[in-house]
Amino acid sequence: MNVPTKNQPPLENTLIHPVSMNVEHLRADFPILKHSIHGKPMVYLDNAASSQMPQQVIDRLTHYQAHEHANIHRGVHTLSQNATIEYENARLKVMNFIGAKEAREIIFTRGTTEGINLVMHGYGRRFIGEGDEIIISAMEHHSNIVPWQMLCEEKKARLRIIPMNDAGELLLDEYAKLFNKNTKFVALTHVSNALGTINPVRGMIATAHQHGVPVLLDGAQAAPHIAVNIQDLDCDFYAFSSHKMCGPTGVGILYGKTPLLEKMQPYQGGGDMILNVTFERTTYNDIPHKFEAGTPAIAAGIGLGAAIDYLTAIGLDNIAAYEHALLEYATQAARNIPGLKIIGTAQHKAAVLSFILDGIHPHDIGTLLDQEGIAVRAGHHCAQPVMQRFGIPATARASFAFYNTFAEVDALIAGIHSVKKVFA
Amino acid sequence: MSDPRALYQEVILDHNKKPRNFGVLENANRHAEGHNPVCGDHITLHVKIDGEEVSGISFEGQSCAICKASASMMTGQVKGKTVAEAETLIQEFREMATGKLDVHAQPHHLGRLTVFAGVSELPSRVKCAILPWHTLHAAFKELDNTSTEKDF
Ligand SMILES: Cc1ncc(COP(=O)(O)O)c(C=O)c1O
Repeated sequence: MNVPTKNQPPLENTLIHPVSMNVEHLRADFPILKHSIHGKPMVYLDNAASSQMPQQVIDRLTHYQAHEHANIHRGVHTLSQNATIEYENARLKVMNFIGAKEAREIIFTRGTTEGINLVMHGYGRRFIGEGDEIIISAMEHHSNIVPWQMLCEEKKARLRIIPMNDAGELLLDEYAKLFNKNTKFVALTHVSNALGTINPVRGMIATAHQHGVPVLLDGAQAAPHIAVNIQDLDCDFYAFSSHKMCGPTGVGILYGKTPLLEKMQPYQGGGDMILNVTFERTTYNDIPHKFEAGTPAIAAGIGLGAAIDYLTAIGLDNIAAYEHALLEYATQAARNIPGLKIIGTAQHKAAVLSFILDGIHPHDIGTLLDQEGIAVRAGHHCAQPVMQRFGIPATARASFAFYNTFAEVDALIAGIHSVKKVFA
Repeated sequence: MSDPRALYQEVILDHNKKPRNFGVLENANRHAEGHNPVCGDHITLHVKIDGEEVSGISFEGQSCAICKASASMMTGQVKGKTVAEAETLIQEFREMATGKLDVHAQPHHLGRLTVFAGVSELPSRVKCAILPWHTLHAAFKELDNTSTEKDF
């Protein structure tokens, strides 16, 4: 490929690079980024689906498995006690990472999806009933739609949807109007995976709280890309996934405010979540353990701790600034491509570039870019209502991470040009 | 695939751009809808069967180039054939697309449809190519609605 795109000023030099970001240096930490695909250097632009893992995290996993593994919370022997300490240390790292007050507000889950389902079950099933209303937005991932739909069906409650404009921004006036005496819950994405929109969640949470309504944020796409401070946001629940932030799959986090977690019912029953079991009666363990039945993904949890160390060392503000520069660069270049339409043009965006090309289906774009070594996602991004809102079947989506380079954006743009040539 | 772009050959691109038998079919007596939930491909087939013969066929819908070209070429191939002959093609096409039929080594009736052989090397696109055939099978069986999720 290597076709330089025409009329493209060397923007790279005109952008401000955060001083503390040395991307080439960081890239060296990621063994997978050295791969080739179809004989071309791999350009990995599917970070919103899952991010890659630096050697530091890989080493932490290996070390744990080779030297530290035992079951946790239940052994008197040294290995088990040490594994417990390491796992609980990871919980503290998560607590600091999002600015939670106490470690017991941090629940280990399997991922964002499980976190949301936990709240649906533990809070929703207990406190939401017939005639009640739950507010979600028009840009939710299926994982923040379907659990609430299931709850509504079961309880004869009603789902209300915050609409958005053509740029992919939620209509805040309409949001405010959705509240009434029946409103019992708000579940909202912090950052949209399909559009990249960063929602003004702080104000939206304040609005909900004025009505005494708790708010869950889906932070899957926010936690890896922008600094999240739970106290500042004042949200009641926050769910995110390790595998989108350089950590392993199989683990995620649900933050919840202590008083809410305490009045919720357990999600699953089993070992670790109990204090005392007789056949007559079981008393549940304290939070967070009440919500952590069974042996968790111990290595993955410890790996997440290492990923947080890694991201924190770079600095989330540096990451956000650099990724924003990448997005601006890519957006400008994409705008110059005739027949390309960007889906999601909100003023505040994370590094997601969703687009369609005139007369070319996103799946064909995805397959042809793959032949150039460029990994993007093509499809509905688990957000079919977003596709319906924009009247399209799917989009192609490039999503950036701090280890992507401006040269990779150039490769993407050249790749899009060559896709167009095939269909010319 | 020797040339990674082999799948996007002239024939397929041409059928994508100018799909044959695209639109509704007057007095069709079978209809079936097919969709691929993973990628959003969605097509509707209208078929007219006279006795044993597929006397007319058309398709509509929104889909990727692979799916649209597959549908377009399928309509051209099955028109005028018997239902039994068409079922044989459905079977052979599925086997080719899933890599179970080597079109160079084994006998078949696929003719020009072998331009789709390369799809077997793109696992994520196999369903796109098969969807029209799957839907035709459903139309023959008078199933209204089919999805590629059902039996692969
Ligand atoms: C916004 C958003 N919410 C939820 C999820 C689900 O995350 P997971 O599959 O890790 O549970 C994703 C990931 O695809 C996402 O992007």
